[in-house]
Amino acid sequence: MSKNRYPRLLGFLPLLGMLLMLGGCKWTLLDPKGQVGLDERNLIITATLLMLLVVVPVIIMTFAFAWKYRASNTSATYAPKWSHSTKIEIAVWLVPILIIVALGYVTYKSTHALDPYRPLESDVKPINIEVVALDWKWLFIYPDLGIATVNQIRFPEHTPLNFKITSDAVMNSFFIPALGGQIYAMAGMQTKLHLIANQKAEMEGISANYSGAGFTGMKFKAISTSQEDFNAWVAEVKAAPKQLDQAEYDALTKPSQNNPVALYSSYEPNLFQKIVDKYEGMKPGKPVKHEKKEVAAAEGSDTGSNSTAGAEE
Amino acid sequence: MFGKLSWDAVPFHEPIVMITIAMVALGGLALFAAITYFKKWTYLWTEWLTSVDHKKIGVMYVIVAMVMLLRGFADAIMMRTQLAMATEGSPGYLPPEHYDQIFTAHGVIMIIFMAMPFFTGLMNLALPLQIGARDVAYPFLNSLSFWLLVSGVVLINLSLGVGEFAKTGWVAYPPLSGLQYSPGVGVDYYIWALQLSGLGTTLTGVNFLATVLKMRAPGMKLMDMPIFTWTCTWANVLIVASFPILAATMALLSLDRYLDFHIFTNELGGNPMMYVNLFWAWGHPEVYILILPAFGIFSEVISTFTGKRLFGHHSMVYASGAISVLGFMVWLHHFFTMGSGASVNAFFGLATMLISIPTGVKLFNWLFTIYHGRLRMTSQVLWTLGFMVTFAIGGMTGVLLAIPGADFVLHNSLFVIAHFHNVIIGGAVFGYIAGFSFYFPKAFGFKLHEGWGKAAFWLWISGFFVAFMPLYALGFMGMTRRLNATTNPEWVPYLYVAMFGALMIAAGIACQLIQLYVSVRDRKQNLCESGDPWNGHTLEWSTSSPPPFYNFAVIPTANTIDAFTEAKEDGTAYQKPAHYEPIHMPNNTATGVVMGALLTVFGFAMIWHIWWLAIVGLVGTIGYFIVHAARDDQGYMVPVETIERIEAEQHARLVAEKKIPANRVETPLEQV
Repeated sequence: MSKNRYPRLLGFLPLLGMLLMLGGCKWTLLDPKGQVGLDERNLIITATLLMLLVVVPVIIMTFAFAWKYRASNTSATYAPKWSHSTKIEIAVWLVPILIIVALGYVTYKSTHALDPYRPLESDVKPINIEVVALDWKWLFIYPDLGIATVNQIRFPEHTPLNFKITSDAVMNSFFIPALGGQIYAMAGMQTKLHLIANQKAEMEGISANYSGAGFTGMKFKAISTSQEDFNAWVAEVKAAPKQLDQAEYDALTKPSQNNPVALYSSYEPNLFQKIVDKYEGMKPGKPVKHEKKEVAAAEGSDTGSNSTAGAEE
Repeated sequence: MFGKLSWDAVPFHEPIVMITIAMVALGGLALFAAITYFKKWTYLWTEWLTSVDHKKIGVMYVIVAMVMLLRGFADAIMMRTQLAMATEGSPGYLPPEHYDQIFTAHGVIMIIFMAMPFFTGLMNLALPLQIGARDVAYPFLNSLSFWLLVSGVVLINLSLGVGEFAKTGWVAYPPLSGLQYSPGVGVDYYIWALQLSGLGTTLTGVNFLATVLKMRAPGMKLMDMPIFTWTCTWANVLIVASFPILAATMALLSLDRYLDFHIFTNELGGNPMMYVNLFWAWGHPEVYILILPAFGIFSEVISTFTGKRLFGHHSMVYASGAISVLGFMVWLHHFFTMGSGASVNAFFGLATMLISIPTGVKLFNWLFTIYHGRLRMTSQVLWTLGFMVTFAIGGMTGVLLAIPGADFVLHNSLFVIAHFHNVIIGGAVFGYIAGFSFYFPKAFGFKLHEGWGKAAFWLWISGFFVAFMPLYALGFMGMTRRLNATTNPEWVPYLYVAMFGALMIAAGIACQLIQLYVSVRDRKQNLCESGDPWNGHTLEWSTSSPPPFYNFAVIPTANTIDAFTEAKEDGTAYQKPAHYEPIHMPNNTATGVVMGALLTVFGFAMIWHIWWLAIVGLVGTIGYFIVHAARDDQGYMVPVETIERIEAEQHARLVAEKKIPANRVETPLEQV
């Protein structure tokens, strides 16, 4: 009996691993649909493995030391006054330092490579989408196509997506988990996010920053399609009966929960910029020239000289 | 006359709230009746509520912490139940306006009104004893600090039945917490509960820094202070440096809400991002304020129960210092997703990782303290070992979150929830519970029941893993925090498992309550009044349990880190001096209670815009303090006869418990 128990237990382990892996396939962040998400997943795996190099030995040592030096084990060495060893001290400082140096290198590199403000390199012309967080729904404007939607975006696969994000209410976080990183949506500010879909997929989009009573229902669909399907959809939206004029937009800004998808064949000219500028009324100095700033941002320099923490005003 | 206050403020239509209030009221009435029946009001007032004795204040802090642990945990169970029920389109039983208050209250209560008083209580109890002092530097201030905390506790609990609590999350980011989006009184309750208790915490920090700097036993060098004292000292440095930031931030938010300023508003030049920066400039040091004292407790527990010196004491002190200093330079990692740019994010990511170096050193030092030791597997040691394993995992997920590229997908997800519960439960709370049972005999003279303590440990730690490992997984599945309902069927089993884990922790808490009951009932079998139940290393164990109100009949000297071990080894422990000197002690005072009560009135009046009452409360507080300060209270001298009587009793106990031979020939200490 006791002889059989061991191998059977061990045989269980790979099975457990398989189950975990199978489970992992449905885990959105471990099975991303876009290049950014893929890079971020690989970063998570690399960093975790690196850290396990210390964490696993520490856990094993905890069990091993506690067992070996238990009070009832009188055969183990007992040295009550031993409390210093330069060699061990050097080792215990050096081991974490080495791991952190390695991890720090990975972090420095990846932080620049995965900067959400950095446009993605691709031969395909990017699609611009302007995003406005409202109480409690997402408004999307396609400035190059002249259309707007609520709680749904479509875009062709393998095409870089350039998001410009703001809010006309409280702070939210614009997040499509299957595609990669998120960025805050803040009133009077404009943040940016660059994503790409590697395949056709229907994905969940959420707000990842609590924004009040309707927060849970503040979801949208992000759908990547073939170029043809996308073109057909754009044509469909352009034929949509609704138009996002000022009155319609004002109605949209009223708090509402679990909004249905809405499609607008046109929108108030320059709507996104108006929403951003609306909050800048009392700021001292000249009006900020947004076009100019964008160039600076694309060059990778720090922008927003009169902003507190990063996001452009 | 009554500002915004009217009968509409009481949520009569919410059965859950009304039943809770009814139960609290019944419990309160029963307590009131019991105290009256047993005629304990005078005792309670003179011996406890007005006491300036650091040991009694410490005990009261811990009692508040444990009551608030129950309150905060009830919130946790309600949240887990809601999320287990509200799946696939079902709304659950808590509407958003109630659920949003619960998760806000859970966060505020657990951090500000459970963890902070728990740490402050243990520090109050042990720190002055560890450094051989008779009390803290400012005993009245200590009492005031405690009553300011109680003010905050009263306000946050009042919000349950009168009005509402904030629906903003415990961080209360504007503009959501601004007047436009949160016009109710919830955020005002939040502001004033934090302001009053925060002021108390700041005063505690000042008080204990002065205590360790000025009141150490003769011979005790700074670097030779016991490790728990050291980690508390670093925590106090952090308190003094960071809590004023919180006070200022709350004051600025108050200006927005009360006087129509536009500091954090969307429009008219306000900047909500400023609040986020300021909040975390306090908020991140705050988590180290919670964890460092716990590290100290683990160090004391491990070195005591291995019967061995702490490995690398100086290394531990420097590591704690490094954690404190670095803890101030990492706040931005709470919002990499704000769009700060790669260089800024990389700086804060790297700074955060640096913290894992001194933390890793600490883990190794605990391991090498066990090495070549004789580890007694007491419940305190189990909490410590459980912490080492759990914290290693929590530290790893924390470093993962410090990598901006990883944080972009994990930020605000349930992965973050799992991470900080991993370090706060597996780090701070385990430490406080270990410290509770470690120092319980010091406070009361008898030990806690070991069996129930161990049962509590196993339920807590397995409950923790069952409750929070699924949340790590849910984070990877894209579930964000603060949702009140879910629609994804794949998440449901994980939410059920998490709920079950919460119930296991509930069973663990029940074991602790039973442990307290059983221990008090059977206290006669577990007496250890002579004061050294664990064969301790440091001075707090050299005096009786509970210690006499003056702590030490003769101020001890300490020439090494483990002064009491040293004394026991060379036979100088428990020496009787040739004669005693009268001891100068402070008088008890009601000023702390009265000021706390008046400030509670002030806070309540501010919340409800009852301006005349606010003025009465504030002027009353200041006036009462001036009267207190103006009177000439020099304290009193404890006569030698009293000391001799108390010390003779202690001598008898030491003989009875065979700590010293009955016929020992005393070699009187010379410096007296």
